[in-house]
Amino acid sequence: MNAIEARGVDVYFGSGAELTRAVNDVSFEVAQGESFGLVGESGSGKSTILRVIAGLVPGWTGEITVAGESLQDEKRSRAFHKKVQMVFQDPYASLHPRQTVDRVLSEAMELQGITDINRRITRLLNDVGLGAGFRFRYPHQLSGGQRQRVAIARALAPEPEILLLDEPTSALDVSVQAEILNLLADLRSELGLTYVMVSHDLGVVGHLCGRAAVMKDGEFVEVLGIDAMRRLDVTQPYTRHLLESSIRSIR
Amino acid sequence: MSAETSLKEWLLAEEPQSRRQARWGAWYQSWLTFRSNTLAMAGLIILVLIILAAIFAPLLATDDPFAQDLGQRLLAPGVDGHLLGTDSLGRDIYSRLLYGARISIYIVLLVAMVAPLLGLVIGTIAGYMGGWTDEVLMRLTDIFLAFPRLILALAFVAALGAGIENAVLAISLTAWPPYARIARAETLTIRSADFIHAIRLQGAGPIRIITRHIWPLCISSLMIRVTLDMAGIILTAAGLGFLGLGAQPPSPEWGAMISEGRKYILDYWWVATIPGLAIFAISLAFNLLGDGLRDVLDPKEGGA
Repeated sequence: MNAIEARGVDVYFGSGAELTRAVNDVSFEVAQGESFGLVGESGSGKSTILRVIAGLVPGWTGEITVAGESLQDEKRSRAFHKKVQMVFQDPYASLHPRQTVDRVLSEAMELQGITDINRRITRLLNDVGLGAGFRFRYPHQLSGGQRQRVAIARALAPEPEILLLDEPTSALDVSVQAEILNLLADLRSELGLTYVMVSHDLGVVGHLCGRAAVMKDGEFVEVLGIDAMRRLDVTQPYTRHLLESSIRSIR
Repeated sequence: MSAETSLKEWLLAEEPQSRRQARWGAWYQSWLTFRSNTLAMAGLIILVLIILAAIFAPLLATDDPFAQDLGQRLLAPGVDGHLLGTDSLGRDIYSRLLYGARISIYIVLLVAMVAPLLGLVIGTIAGYMGGWTDEVLMRLTDIFLAFPRLILALAFVAALGAGIENAVLAISLTAWPPYARIARAETLTIRSADFIHAIRLQGAGPIRIITRHIWPLCISSLMIRVTLDMAGIILTAAGLGFLGLGAQPPSPEWGAMISEGRKYILDYWWVATIPGLAIFAISLAFNLLGDGLRDVLDPKEGGA
């Protein structure tokens, strides 16, 4: 069974003369337990797809089914929130500045009707490598990497099946990036999660994903496996160009 | 001594062990910031003194604030044991001032509870919902904003009848639009933040998001605005009292006292000046306090 299926998704922003097509007839499916990447330059519409699935973008057309549930507009059912969670790009913007880690996590659990919150918070904090000492801290007492760990813990709090990752490491230092990526990889194998990850960094996608779609101007250029990507076994010139420039930047 | 240092350590702990400790610690941090602001502390001290004077008015007053003695009218400060003199009906100004503080604080508290709350509710709903809800609520706000505040308050008092409660109501009804504007502006910047998206994705409804996630971030800027507006509120109340539409004689409301002293201002300056100084002191105290609170509550500073 597929965790996510998208058919002919279009997203328009603005209206009249300023109407722009952010996503153009995009179709893909993500199998349960798979880790799927969306790569492309900025403005290619990759984050928009993630936000459409999460219900944060109004006015899209097409068909999306997530875990057997067909999605409409911005409305999402209670069951959806339990199954699908998201980790945002900027950990400095994704945590409420006036709420302690404890408050953030316990509210996430309260909303899903989870009891036995105290024990679970301790476990969650251990799972993301923070430890119980961080429980009553405010975001401004945490570093960027620690904040992103809190954001991951919040996403894991309802015990979801699918995690949407919107460039989870791009706002972090390189050394911290590796830590977070390893954490995400470990969590996936431990909890059997399905990932959809957006990134402009091919290295990050290569590390975490099994399959990736290359996007340009709101369209899928190519969907290919990571092995094929490593072998430079591609059909489209744009993908080749992207891969070559990525390799060059490493050297 | 050791108990004191351990309390301080407990409050400033890097890794609080409980919700209570984290909350008290955050409060203590704010207090430390506030305490380092000398002017704000001065404002706080003046206010505390005025509040204490209001609470202990019966103990501190030398005379009955309503007792008239026409033989002792318009005595200068210090004469015959009247610390601040007497007014045109021979009432002790010092005692009246103390009881008047009660009225001023009563007005301030009522307005401070009604107007910002009304503005907060209207502004955050307008800002978060957007669309036609926003249009309707904001045009309503514009209508209230279009009238000069004192004139509108005068109209309300004239319609509702003179008296201190109606004056408070009138001031509150005219004071809420700026709060609604501020709350809406704050909400607009907050509503598209990722932490609001995150809580939406967690399944929170609009009421929960507004009251538990947006309000805490709006309240600080509103509180600052309230303390800065306090002076204006007291002056409006005093103005209404002065025009005879607020507190009614023989109530020792400060504005009404100035109004009564106006007739004698050239020959007996203290009758109008002393309540005027009291209004000045409480207004100044609130302004200083507001300034200090801005330093403490500004969320942008909190990140440091």
